[in-house]
Amino acid sequence: MPSSARTATLRDAVGLGVAVGLYGVAFGAAAAGAGLDTWQAVATSALMFTGASQFAMIGVLGAGGGAFSAVGSALLLGTRNTVYGVRLAPMLAPQGWLRRAGAAHWVIDETTAMAVAAPDRELGRLAFWVTGATIYLGWNVTTLVGSLGAAALGETAQAALDAVVPAAFLALLWPRLQRSAREPGVQRRVALGGAVVALALTPFVPAGVQVVLAVVAVALAGRPRTTTSPREAAA
Amino acid sequence: MSTGTLWAVVLVGSLGCYLLKLAGLSVPAAWVERPWVTRVVEFVPAALLAALVAVQAATSGPDLVVDGRLVGLAVAAVALALRAPFIVVLVLAGAAGALVHVVTG
Repeated sequence: MPSSARTATLRDAVGLGVAVGLYGVAFGAAAAGAGLDTWQAVATSALMFTGASQFAMIGVLGAGGGAFSAVGSALLLGTRNTVYGVRLAPMLAPQGWLRRAGAAHWVIDETTAMAVAAPDRELGRLAFWVTGATIYLGWNVTTLVGSLGAAALGETAQAALDAVVPAAFLALLWPRLQRSAREPGVQRRVALGGAVVALALTPFVPAGVQVVLAVVAVALAGRPRTTTSPREAAA
Repeated sequence: MSTGTLWAVVLVGSLGCYLLKLAGLSVPAAWVERPWVTRVVEFVPAALLAALVAVQAATSGPDLVVDGRLVGLAVAAVALALRAPFIVVLVLAGAAGALVHVVTG
């Protein structure tokens, strides 16, 4: 393999890791706002290590939601990683249960994107491990920084943090609604449906439950009605 | 919620998310690569994230409320439309929320 391709892969992997690390500050601060102490925030980043699920969990907890809603919304977003694992398995081909168990922990959006985008299998494996290591380190360190920083905030800074959390969710959602996304029209209808159902249910169900019910409602609305037209069924 | 319950949420949620990852590397591809599974996985994030945006920005307990968070969200949307980096989006949203708090508080 040409060493320039290897260098480019390493540079991209480290660069992405540093950029993603910035999300960790937002997560640590938001976790503190949702009532997690610093140990719990860092444990979440170290053990759950999948950003959207972590934000969903503390989002539900921050809204006063119960344990089942919090875990449920984290798992709903975690199903993505199962599909990523299926895509990565032939490339990583982890030998033995220990390597498989280790590789699995780093199967997330960014490592999958980097591995799949690499020009060949060997660079793909390199991209997976280097991206995973960089993000894991950065994500946990910045979670700690964010959690400790939030503890020192005053009332006005707390109001700022309250506004940052929905903005962070919007930033995660945004790329899915753009024209470059797959089926952006359906994504937008799904997103609008999720938001409307969640707001409509808010006065009537315990906090956090409306988030899970909104997803279930949208999924049921888009359930396959015929076996011949999956495109129509998804709309 | 008690500290013990919070720990249970963190640990059970983490274990579940890990098992979902491990399953992908372990189960036969045909189990997961079914059309309805891929449809659900492709669109669940949009519904869930949008629901979280709405709940985080415009509710407080069982009430629908309008405050600095919604202003921050609007500012964030404009910043995202202008392709601002993630950290800039968050800083602008936070600044807008803080400003509303100072003005109205």
